[in-house]
Amino acid sequence: MRLGLVIDLDTCVGCHACAVACKQWNTSGTLGPLSDYEPYGAAPSGVWVNRVRSYEQGQYPHSKTVNLPLSCMHCDRPPCVDVCPTGASYKREADGVVLVDDAKCMGCNYCAWACPYGARELDTASGTMKKCTLCIDRIYDTRLPEAERQPACVLACPANARHFGDLDDPDSEVSRLVRERRGYPLLPEMGCEPVNHYLPPRPAAASRPPAAAPAEAGGQGRAAAVQEWANRIVRR
Amino acid sequence: MSAVPESEIPADVPELEPREGQQVRYTTCYMCACRCGIKVTLENGRVRFIQGNPDHPVNRGVLCAKGNAGIMKQYSRAKLRAPLRRKPGSERGAGEFEEISWEEALDELTERLRRIRAEDPKKLAYFTGRDQMQALTGLWASQFGTINWAAHGGFCSVNMATAGLYTLGHAFWEFGDPDWERTRYFVLWGTAEDHASNPFKRGIDQVKRNGGRFVAVNPVRTGYQAVADEWVPIRPGTDGMLAMALGHCLLRDGQFDWAYLVRYTNAPQLVVQTPGEPGDGLILRDEDGAPLVWDLEQEACVDGRQAEIAPALFGAYTAPDGRPVKTAMTLLAERYLDAAYAPERAAEVCGIPAADIERLAAELAHVAFEEAIEVPCEWTDWAGRKHDRFIGRPVSMHAMRGVSAHSNGFQAARAIHTLQLLLGSVEVPGGHRAKPPYPRPVPPPARPARETAPDTPLGGSPLGFPVAPEDLVVDAAGEPLRIDKAFSWQAPLSAHGKMHTVITNAVAGDPYPIDTLMLFMANMAWNSAMNTAQIQELLCAKDEQGAYRLPYLVVSDAFHSETVQFADLVLPDTTYLERYDCISMLDRPISEPDGPADAIRQPILEPEGDVRPWQEVMIELGARLGLPAFTNDDGSPRYAGYNDFIVHYERAPGIGFLAGWRGADGDKPLRGEPNPQQWQRYIDNGAFFKYELPLSQQFYKFANKGYLEWAHEVGFIGAAEPIVMALYAEPLQRFRLAGQGLYDGPAPPDATDAERIAAYCDPLPLFYQPLEERRIEADGHPAYPFHAVTQRPMTMYHAWDSQNAWLRQILAQNHLYMNRARGEALGLADGDWVWVESHNGRIRAQLRLMEGTQADTVWSWNGMGKQAGIWGLEPGAPEATRGFLVNHLIDDRLPAREGEKPLSNSDPVTGQAAWYDLRVRVYKAAPEEQGSAYPPSPTFRPPPGVENGPLALLRYATHRARELRRSLRDTLTRGGWQ
Repeated sequence: MRLGLVIDLDTCVGCHACAVACKQWNTSGTLGPLSDYEPYGAAPSGVWVNRVRSYEQGQYPHSKTVNLPLSCMHCDRPPCVDVCPTGASYKREADGVVLVDDAKCMGCNYCAWACPYGARELDTASGTMKKCTLCIDRIYDTRLPEAERQPACVLACPANARHFGDLDDPDSEVSRLVRERRGYPLLPEMGCEPVNHYLPPRPAAASRPPAAAPAEAGGQGRAAAVQEWANRIVRR
Repeated sequence: MSAVPESEIPADVPELEPREGQQVRYTTCYMCACRCGIKVTLENGRVRFIQGNPDHPVNRGVLCAKGNAGIMKQYSRAKLRAPLRRKPGSERGAGEFEEISWEEALDELTERLRRIRAEDPKKLAYFTGRDQMQALTGLWASQFGTINWAAHGGFCSVNMATAGLYTLGHAFWEFGDPDWERTRYFVLWGTAEDHASNPFKRGIDQVKRNGGRFVAVNPVRTGYQAVADEWVPIRPGTDGMLAMALGHCLLRDGQFDWAYLVRYTNAPQLVVQTPGEPGDGLILRDEDGAPLVWDLEQEACVDGRQAEIAPALFGAYTAPDGRPVKTAMTLLAERYLDAAYAPERAAEVCGIPAADIERLAAELAHVAFEEAIEVPCEWTDWAGRKHDRFIGRPVSMHAMRGVSAHSNGFQAARAIHTLQLLLGSVEVPGGHRAKPPYPRPVPPPARPARETAPDTPLGGSPLGFPVAPEDLVVDAAGEPLRIDKAFSWQAPLSAHGKMHTVITNAVAGDPYPIDTLMLFMANMAWNSAMNTAQIQELLCAKDEQGAYRLPYLVVSDAFHSETVQFADLVLPDTTYLERYDCISMLDRPISEPDGPADAIRQPILEPEGDVRPWQEVMIELGARLGLPAFTNDDGSPRYAGYNDFIVHYERAPGIGFLAGWRGADGDKPLRGEPNPQQWQRYIDNGAFFKYELPLSQQFYKFANKGYLEWAHEVGFIGAAEPIVMALYAEPLQRFRLAGQGLYDGPAPPDATDAERIAAYCDPLPLFYQPLEERRIEADGHPAYPFHAVTQRPMTMYHAWDSQNAWLRQILAQNHLYMNRARGEALGLADGDWVWVESHNGRIRAQLRLMEGTQADTVWSWNGMGKQAGIWGLEPGAPEATRGFLVNHLIDDRLPAREGEKPLSNSDPVTGQAAWYDLRVRVYKAAPEEQGSAYPPSPTFRPPPGVENGPLALLRYATHRARELRRSLRDTLTRGGWQ
């Protein structure tokens, strides 16, 4: 299996539900606690392993706002694993999930520098690196109802913009979405072969109704014409 | 969604999540007003995980950022811990509080309220904010006998609600929703984020998956507009013009639903045309009051309520008494087809090219009429005629704050509903669908209570829907009787009251001084006030004798808000996870278009500290004061507490606060005698109740015999009669006649009021420039080239209260956003600190330039600035040092005119606060002024029990993590991935 996420940029409204759901689940999960620094102070920050960034494309009035959720891509060729001096970072053979063994991690930050996606964060309180596990403590937990064996971000997403599954299986929903919507990985030129894919916005013109050309604008004396409209018989 | 297949799950998968000590509870979220169902996992008495309830009709398992941050609200350090009294001798606002017991607090309050009630009950003003328990607070107020009660709708979106209820008998959000499943063309007006937070995100996804089109009309491309297929960057305050120009195109091209208008609206009804005479503009009626139409076959005026007649949609005729009449549709067409509403004119006003307006109109018409859909289903209409399908016009719309927070918002919202009616897209498959108990008669039959007397309950609710000048809440001289001047000549249809005027009016003693103001869950000394700094001064204002002009302020809130700081008595509320609550069918239920639904909250955690749910306090105060609904005949308390009250109180026989599982055995939905097991049945069902209508009753509810008869049986409507929608809003014409001196009844005594009533209470939609803008221009002030508006941030909307430790990491400082090209032309750069100046004052803010902002607009996130020291925040928090409130720039009154009494900065029809009429200019701050916001925020001291000192680190977890271990073999073989 190559487990990963497929994220739909056509419906992501940038609401941050995925980011906060991730924070909530994982602060009491395998990554926890996810530290918060100065939570009520002048420079509030903390450890988040899923963040949403927003950009603009094009120029007013034809500009577009793009919200881009970013978390670990669970790359097939993960540089973070390559550079790890202690062997704490690893990619699992069975499902491709990239994880960190907290006991081996010394918080050197090499992996964060190596990752082109900014997906790893140092928790200064624990002194270890934190990253997305695809909610490894949910997706294999048979005590959960099957529908809830999802990463917390996928479970929460109100816009149905996040999909989890096996990208090795051509019949999986995620593979089908990538195929049909022309999904793509981010920064393929970096050579990391990310498993996560993004679905581009559907072309805006695709949904435009083939409306007939409107009647000539600025017709004159229309108010007078109202009086002349033949009254159709419509029974009440 | 797909999961890891069972076959791929190893037998020896480690248990990474300990389940010992965990329990699951269902309740309703309260991080905002959306009312999603939540499934809460507790672990040893702390919150492990809050997720969406998959079975819940509102959110179907999903949950937004706010809902996911509930833990940080629950454990917020801004939580109040005990009742507080302003220390005797200390100044109001100084933050000198002492903790007192509940007994002392309630004794003090009871004594005061008892005296007020015995003397003049309206000297108590009771206003509530983001709560959703208006059925209870309204009952309490009317039992107390004060007309001075309302919730926050007057400064929220009352224009939307009122326009809808006077046009369709329902409106947006709680009243109706797009038919997400079937709609093919969805137009969103003036909504960055909305009350219906999760349903909208789900719905937009659904529209797009079905290949539908999403058009967003908004000056700013944030929030939902980000994923719109088309963004229409409109100039603020001109939505009504755009809606009318679209209507102009539809009418000009004959693209309107003739049959729908004839059958379901008052479009064919005849309107008297005798300008300058009494009766002009009223609907022609026979001696029994029946509206008349012109029957094309009988060639006569006939009772327009009958079936099978052939009413003329257009035309001018002569009434039997000789008066000239025209159909309402004719008048509408004459209004709309005037050059004043042509696309070319709208292009100038709205800043949208005329060709785009033409195209949008053609697209709307195409989808409504060429892509009409059918839902096969046998149904019976109001006249008993059977049909074998529902015809659908798959065009839907939604509008909210951006349209309504203008002084022309009521008419703009009417124009949007008119567009929906022209397209025949209301209550049809694919269109906009009403949510039971709506639709209701147009408008609903309740009228606001007016008479008050010592120790006497009101005759009805303080709020209602006036249909004629006789319904106003004014005295014999025509002067306002309510402290907020709602239902007066200044705002005749102020159906939600005018909370934003209460403090100013009470301190000015205009129309009279009051004794006590009681606020619940409302931050009126900060982001819910116009002109914030002045409101804080007014709260501390004293008379010549040194007494506070507002003698006593009672605040109930769960957190240390800016308003708490100014209270004389603070009653600490609980959080949403600590109490019973009901989202009631008598109030603002969670219904869906396919059936009514309501919900509860249940306490799943013990409250921390000596706090009490406000509902419990209401019930107890009611009993202490001897209010009839809350006491037995012998004066003893009638209810053991809030949940006992909810189960046993009946508004009418069989109708109570909760609609589910009524009847002694719980087998009677919606109507039945009280069921002592009702709470448990809700808890067992995941904290909600939903009744699904049969498909045959789900559409055309206004004219659907099956639905109407059922709705009458369960008490939603007074009679099983068809609901005729009002293209022509006759009640407004009665007011207009009064303004013109042509009404046989009450008339406005004041010339300005008369002029405004005559101008704006128009029975047909109209567009006019927002009132403040117009006066500013007329006053020849220095040019204020920009419109200034706010947008609701998705991570904070209605969750501002706890200043959540997680959410503030996403957004802790707001900026002023401006169109990039426009900013650069002014010599401004991204990151500059700028002065933003209105006719009312100036603030300093940090600028951000962006593409997705209409060129004449600046905007910021709403409610992000905070007073230093509040909400458990350290005084140096960016919310206070770099964040800002636009509110400081907004006057709560219109620029004065000589000889004129003060006028509220509100819609002249509904009294809705006109937040977005604001005009500003923007210029760069001096070098020494860079880096901090203005006005500087004095630091407030937290009350006893609330901490706001330095906290370097927070590490929340309910258990120690079970770590992920890599095997030695895997380490040595490098996992085999290479």
